[in-house]
Amino acid sequence: MEPVFALAFGVLVAASAYLVMSRNVLRIVLGLLLLGNAANLSLFLAGRMGSRTPPLVPDGAEALVGGGNPLPQALILTAIVISFALIAFTVILFESAHRRFDTLDTEELRAAEPRAAKAAAPSPPPSHSPAPPVTEPAR
Amino acid sequence: MSTHLLLSMPILWPLLGVALCCVFWQRPRAQRIVSLAASAGLLLSSLALLAATRDGTVPATQFGGWAAPFGISFVGDMLSAAMVVITGLMAVAVGIYGLVDDAEAREASLYHPLYQGLLLGVTGAFLTGDIFNLYVWFEVMLISSFGLLALGGTREQLDAGVKYVTLNLVATTLFLICVAFLYGLTGSLNMADIARVLPTVENQGLVTTIAVLFLVAFGSKAAVFPLFFWLPAAYHTASAPIVAIFAALLTKVGVYAILRSFTLIFDLSLGFTASIIGVVAALTMVTGVLGAAAHFDVRKILSFHIISQIGYMLLGIAVATPLAIGGAILYVIHHIVVKANLFLLAGVINRAGGSFELKQVGGLYRTLPWLGVLFLIPALSLAGLPPLSGFWSKFVVVKASLDAGHVVLAGTALAVGVLTLYSMLKIWNEAFWKAAPAESTAATQRWLAEPGTRRTMLTPIVLLAAVTLTIGLMAEPFVAFSLRAGEQLLDKSAYIEAVLGADAQRTAEARP
Repeated sequence: MEPVFALAFGVLVAASAYLVMSRNVLRIVLGLLLLGNAANLSLFLAGRMGSRTPPLVPDGAEALVGGGNPLPQALILTAIVISFALIAFTVILFESAHRRFDTLDTEELRAAEPRAAKAAAPSPPPSHSPAPPVTEPAR
Repeated sequence: MSTHLLLSMPILWPLLGVALCCVFWQRPRAQRIVSLAASAGLLLSSLALLAATRDGTVPATQFGGWAAPFGISFVGDMLSAAMVVITGLMAVAVGIYGLVDDAEAREASLYHPLYQGLLLGVTGAFLTGDIFNLYVWFEVMLISSFGLLALGGTREQLDAGVKYVTLNLVATTLFLICVAFLYGLTGSLNMADIARVLPTVENQGLVTTIAVLFLVAFGSKAAVFPLFFWLPAAYHTASAPIVAIFAALLTKVGVYAILRSFTLIFDLSLGFTASIIGVVAALTMVTGVLGAAAHFDVRKILSFHIISQIGYMLLGIAVATPLAIGGAILYVIHHIVVKANLFLLAGVINRAGGSFELKQVGGLYRTLPWLGVLFLIPALSLAGLPPLSGFWSKFVVVKASLDAGHVVLAGTALAVGVLTLYSMLKIWNEAFWKAAPAESTAATQRWLAEPGTRRTMLTPIVLLAAVTLTIGLMAEPFVAFSLRAGEQLLDKSAYIEAVLGADAQRTAEARP
């Protein structure tokens, strides 16, 4: 079973890397979401998957024998809550950026770092005039 | 005070601050009092912790009554204690500065609770002895910093927020994945327990892989060479007190995490991690300082200098002799004070000179000579001129790398110091020395007409400049403390024994 899960982890990370590197902020959010789930899966895998017995110590027994590992579940639960909050914030932030800039393209989000060299260099050479914004092909 | 209280007080103060500030969310005045009181409490309780750890004892406690390695451990060694003290100092200084007359706008959008939340995350990260718990504190710190960065809601801040949030989320998620791998390998999350078990793991190649993955995750937090892009994209958009506390603490938590994990958990003498850190350190120093040289906005210059200075700390970690680690610790302490002070001064330059853009400011030395002196103290300290704090920290780091035979790294560090001086003198020439443009003079007149604002903004700057001067002129105790803290880090037995008990070392075995 483990190789399948390990493969699924790899596919999730690859897919999220692809999405996060996209220029579309919506895809970036989806990529972050997938990456969070990949992390949860890795925690689950790290706890070993052999046992299907609930981790309960029976009456009268001193120690747990053969039960599943309860720790990854606690860790994943924590991680899910945290990533839920962070993704919720991210969605709100990206949506307000979308409303303000009226674009989903990260290349056009340049208010904090203007494209023109006039802020960076004291006297830009004449050939280096600010490039016109790259026009997107119609979607 | 009991050990438990000693270690939990520095966290309880900001936690109380967050809670009470949220309770008083419609009363800015009450929030201010709560926030300042919580910051002062943080400073005092951290000083108590420092006093308890100064002789080399390592107080440790387990939460919830679960014995280590099952409960969450909190450990205060000399490094942690020093970092918490400096956090408390910054909390108070920037907290005072944050009360200037433009505070109402910030306070309307939860500035104080977020500020205390940031301090909570940072202090927790410094004190925890559990790697998953470290992840949780990272996230506490991160969500507060997201809120603080987006506080004003301007176009620049939204744009900066998108980049900052994305890159930082990827980095912390990578950190979580690393934690999962490490847990899978050792069956433990307690850092002392991991340190004990890890040398007995069969597959040491996998350990090196995980070590490098951790370096990538923490390196993004610390803004090292190829992973720093979130920092210059975001820092200059936040308002002055917020960017000052960011500059002081956020990247340094990353440096602390590298320092802790690569002394306690991973062994730098094995594999090639130390050489990777060395190369990264040199490239970080150089790219940071060149980025700063290209800019003419005070905040952008200073943001790039954060990156450059992180390189010096990594240099100490890469060399990894006791002297070098001690130097890195001293560098972190010096840098936090100086860098926060420079960002506070950038806020003053904006007020008194009318702009952050150096082209539009001028003549401040003629009208405000004392402001010039106050600027020169942290600026020259950043460049590493004697007798200021930066000289001693650079001296120790460079001496350690020369002793260990890393001539190229030491040479890079010295050359970058000269370029740092160039950037600082650029700010000096433009903002203080050259003739004032008309708008700048008008702003200076407004500044002179507001004694209340002046007092609020300059008090913390004078305080931090005094700290810089103290470290510079009475360097001996600070250097000695850092060197002992470095030795304590490299001899991990004290840490492991404090958490797990005296006979822990003998019974090491991996239990995957």
